[in-house]
Amino acid sequence: MTGLPAQAPARRWRPGPLLPVGEGRDRALSFVIAVLCALACLTAILALAADRAASGWRTQISASATVLVRPGRGQTSSEAAAAAAEALAGVPGVTEARALDRADALRLLTPWLGGGVLPDDAPIPMLVAVDLDPRRPATSAALRAALANAGVQAVLDDHSRWLGDVERAALIARSAALGAGALVALAAGAAVAFATRAGLTSRRDVIEVLHLSGARDGFISGLFERRFAWLAARSGAYGALAAILLAGALKAFGGQDGFTPLLPLQWSDLLAAAPCPLAAAGVAVVSARRAALRVLRAPSQA
Amino acid sequence: MRYGRAPEVLRDIDLTLKPGSFHFLTGPSGAGKSSLLKLIYLAHGPSRGLIRLFGQDISTVARRDVPDLRRRIGVVFQEFRLLDHLSALDNVALPLRIAGRRAQEYRDDVAELLAWVGLGERLEALPSTLSGGEKQRLAIARAVVNRPDVLLADEPTGNVDREMGLRILRLFQELNRLGTTVLIATHDRELVQRAGQPVLRLDGGRLSPPLRPGPPVGQASGPRAEAEAAPELALDPPPPVPPPGPGEAAA
Ligand SMILES: Nc1ncnc2c1ncn2[C@@H]1O[C@H](COP(=O)(O)OP(=O)(O)OP(=O)(O)O)[C@@H](O)[C@H]1O
Ligand SMILES: [Mg+2]
Repeated sequence: MTGLPAQAPARRWRPGPLLPVGEGRDRALSFVIAVLCALACLTAILALAADRAASGWRTQISASATVLVRPGRGQTSSEAAAAAAEALAGVPGVTEARALDRADALRLLTPWLGGGVLPDDAPIPMLVAVDLDPRRPATSAALRAALANAGVQAVLDDHSRWLGDVERAALIARSAALGAGALVALAAGAAVAFATRAGLTSRRDVIEVLHLSGARDGFISGLFERRFAWLAARSGAYGALAAILLAGALKAFGGQDGFTPLLPLQWSDLLAAAPCPLAAAGVAVVSARRAALRVLRAPSQA
Repeated sequence: MRYGRAPEVLRDIDLTLKPGSFHFLTGPSGAGKSSLLKLIYLAHGPSRGLIRLFGQDISTVARRDVPDLRRRIGVVFQEFRLLDHLSALDNVALPLRIAGRRAQEYRDDVAELLAWVGLGERLEALPSTLSGGEKQRLAIARAVVNRPDVLLADEPTGNVDREMGLRILRLFQELNRLGTTVLIATHDRELVQRAGQPVLRLDGGRLSPPLRPGPPVGQASGPRAEAEAAPELALDPPPPVPPPGPGEAAA
């Protein structure tokens, strides 16, 4: 036979998609996945910032301690505080020990005492602020020993209580981010599974012809896996981009310290969104495969 | 067999198709011709009884081996079952794609086959834009493109004119000559007469033993005689259909 048309484009010719394209449904799914991905990426970025904030607080807290001095007999509270500061300053791992003056102490006590009603000579406990070397901070035991040696009656607050709180808060933030990520993955997976089932049932005629032509379940599920992997990767890229833009705006316009000192964002944090398209595609493949094989292997299918 | 809880459509069918044989299947509408074909191409299970395909009892065939059996069977469905989102070319190429053949390898063969059934100008046409007869020819091309060991055709000439009907018969006979077992369900008396092949008659759910139609005057039976028998038809030789996959014919 001669005179066949379309010999020329034979090289470039590509066969059409075996699965009909479900225009409206695919667009809705793309949108849902993009939004979910944006949420997941934003969560990841903010979690990184929260982690940085927590570790910042951790160093600040563990690099300081407070000593509450009770004046001994024949001592003014200022003298007692000075003695304590001197003793503490000599401990290795202490960078500075500073007796707070009466005004500082009053300011710190205001929340408990109410503002400005104390007579000038009222005895108030004196505080010594101790700054520790953040790299090798003095232990609480060493500080207590130094105070005892100097014969100062004092209560040491090494802020470990606050440290515990910060650790707990950081852990909660991290778990919340992981949990949110897992939920988002589940939701995206469920959306893909739903779309796969809808595609299988709405075009049962196509699926049956494929089966009768000798297609294996894996072949048919592969059609859905590939389609939804692409769709999810594309949506994942859009979602990641949206999250990056949003977080970038926070960083750029959110004040001096990046957003706030509460969430010290760094530009490099935005990279947390980079694996999103791949992760979305992976979730899509797994859920499309599970859903398709489950439907195809159900006994009612031809 | 039966559909759901309906009464049995087919009863006590005892049919063996020898490898390389050629049979027609006739019977009144609703007799169960399509149903019998469904049993053979594994679209429906029997409610009782035994079906052996290529020497295997199909009730013992694992689900994952069914596709291999189906790839050896070409089916022309009564209602065509073309994929309406795919071009004519892609529809015909479907079995090849499923068998894992690459588009660049099969494209020209498929185009040639389409030209041979008179659709050479409609390679990119969607089925919805084709006439009934054109769809039928498309369905036939798809059924034979993989050179199946068994060809089942359900009313393959119901929508085409006499000349095209004979041309299609000629294609089936050529495949049969190359070893394909052929079973054609049809009401087309002339087709049956022309081919001179044994006829199975289905009526009331039962199958009568094969009969040979009396050969029409001046006509020998047998596929090889066909070209002489119809000298007024200038038929091209059937195209070199793509080589079959591994596996030998045995039905
Ligand atoms: N999917 C189905 N569900 C229920 N009953 C069916 C189904 N398909 C066919 N039948 C019934 O089975 C019987 C046989 O149908 P079948 O299609 O096999 O007949 P046929 O011989 O091919 O008829 P025709 O020559 O009109 O194509 C009919 O009574 C029909 O109503
Ligand atoms: Mg029928």
